[in-house]
Amino acid sequence: MMLFQVLNGLTFAALLFVVAAGFTLIFGLLRIVNLSHGALYLFGGYIGFAVAVKTGSFILGGAAAMVAVALAGLVLDQGLLHFVKGYELRQVLLTLGVAFVLNDLALVIWGGDTFTVPTPEILQGPMNVFGVFYPKFRMFVLLVGVIVFVGLWLLLHKTRLGALIRAGVDDAETVEATGINIRLVFLATFMLGSALAGLAGLLGGAFLTLYPSADSEILVFSLAVVIIGGRGSLEGAAIGSILIGMLNTFGQVWFPELAYFVIFGPMALLLAFRPLGLFGRAA
Amino acid sequence: MTQAVNALARSDAPVGRSVGKFAAMTVVVVGLAILPLLLSSYQLALATQILIFAMLAMSVDVLAGYAGRTPLCHGAIFGASTYVVIYASNEYGLPLPPALLLGVLAATALATVFALLAVRTAGVYFLLLTLALGLVIWGVCLRWTHVTGGENGLRGHLREGLFADIRLLYFVVLTVSLATYWAMHRFVSSPFGLTLRGIKDSESRMASLGYNVPLHVFVAFTVSGFFAGIAGALYAIFNNFVSPSTIALAQSVQGLLMAIVGGVGTLLGSYVGATVIILLEQFVSAYTERWLMVLGAVFVLIMIFAPEGIVGKIRALAKRSN
Repeated sequence: MMLFQVLNGLTFAALLFVVAAGFTLIFGLLRIVNLSHGALYLFGGYIGFAVAVKTGSFILGGAAAMVAVALAGLVLDQGLLHFVKGYELRQVLLTLGVAFVLNDLALVIWGGDTFTVPTPEILQGPMNVFGVFYPKFRMFVLLVGVIVFVGLWLLLHKTRLGALIRAGVDDAETVEATGINIRLVFLATFMLGSALAGLAGLLGGAFLTLYPSADSEILVFSLAVVIIGGRGSLEGAAIGSILIGMLNTFGQVWFPELAYFVIFGPMALLLAFRPLGLFGRAA
Repeated sequence: MTQAVNALARSDAPVGRSVGKFAAMTVVVVGLAILPLLLSSYQLALATQILIFAMLAMSVDVLAGYAGRTPLCHGAIFGASTYVVIYASNEYGLPLPPALLLGVLAATALATVFALLAVRTAGVYFLLLTLALGLVIWGVCLRWTHVTGGENGLRGHLREGLFADIRLLYFVVLTVSLATYWAMHRFVSSPFGLTLRGIKDSESRMASLGYNVPLHVFVAFTVSGFFAGIAGALYAIFNNFVSPSTIALAQSVQGLLMAIVGGVGTLLGSYVGATVIILLEQFVSAYTERWLMVLGAVFVLIMIFAPEGIVGKIRALAKRSN
């Protein structure tokens, strides 16, 4: 039973990580807190659902979700955020407005029903994990979470783009002064982060289901993850996700109705000692 | 230094202007007082709602406009008060006055906890943290079904008897609204409020001058939560029903938008902001159910074109054309 709950916590953490990694990357490099990240997650889920049902292919659904949401990120960055460049607070509030528009738009298109993204046959049913029968699909989400972590880590630490992103996090102006078009790096990061939200929407849509307030719920979890992990830190996002995933799972078992309070505790403790999060650095 | 700060407080407007201001205020107050004679009960209900939300917007403004900390949790503080008032009167049969008091106390206590957590953060971090805290309260109200009624919410019995007549409620809300305006005005123009403004302008300067910045922000937050709680308690009587949508993020966003539309740092602007947003909501709702979409779009447009608020924008345009 205990192992079962641990697996629940880890698989939920993996999903949170995929959402929060995109969020924290954008926050860290562009200094933009994209509060429409949750809405992008929901949109990705719905689009992935629609495509997966239509084509019968989970992979196509995932591709569609990622491309569509990356494009939405492109429009958001170039079409709207461009106008409020340099004003942090106005940017955040603008993305909040966008979140409301997207959420309501999703309600118009897909209505208030709950949808579950169909999973491919080989990921259905249980499998034996250390003697516990556990849903295959949730293990698949865990695998995706690990792949995204490793992939992002390699991208950030082993590629030129990653080096530029890391340099940009520390000092965007100096990077620009060396003749690199940091705008393009920013845009690529924004689209990558958004695509991750879309991917997470598809995965979350298959095991948490999709419904109109799912975006706020995932947003509060990713906010908590980023607040705990610190702005722009991949490792922080991973540790934050595991912490929040576990607390939420065990919280739901122990205090079913007050699980939300359980994620509040560590956040409070952490803020008392490290206001910038575990791996956060002052800007 | 205190002298310099105090000098800022004294209005350098000529006496004639302050008399004019006083006369204008009197006209507005008298106008508001005779409103029940002119409006239908539906319109009067709208006016009551505007007064309640103006109070919420002012409480947001105390933090956003004076302490330079933009909060996104005031809908939760407001809604917590509404929940407590209705729950206390339903479950414990409390009469209205102690129920209202309990609601305001609960909201203030919640604001104190939020303030303790958020006090060391500023800027975007403050916004994010208050957003997360507000969402936690929303999540609890949504899930704690046997207390909060979950999605179905709680229906009260507060509009029976005395407050069945909207006119009486209007007068009560008007009186409280004017009193809270006066109290908040005194608060922000006191030496304490001026220190807050100093913190907004430059936190490091105020800290090196020996002001205890976190303490000031903490007190401002708690006071602001107290006023949001009053608004929420009145809303409990007005609406006689509470559900998670009362406490949702949209409520915090609306309160903040009203404060911004009216211009942050001008308490009276909150009345303008509340009027604009609530009338817009009425107007939009007559044609479509897509209010949240319109609210979001208005937010985006204001952020791009008029972050100083409608009043400030008109002033700036007028100045340019002169």
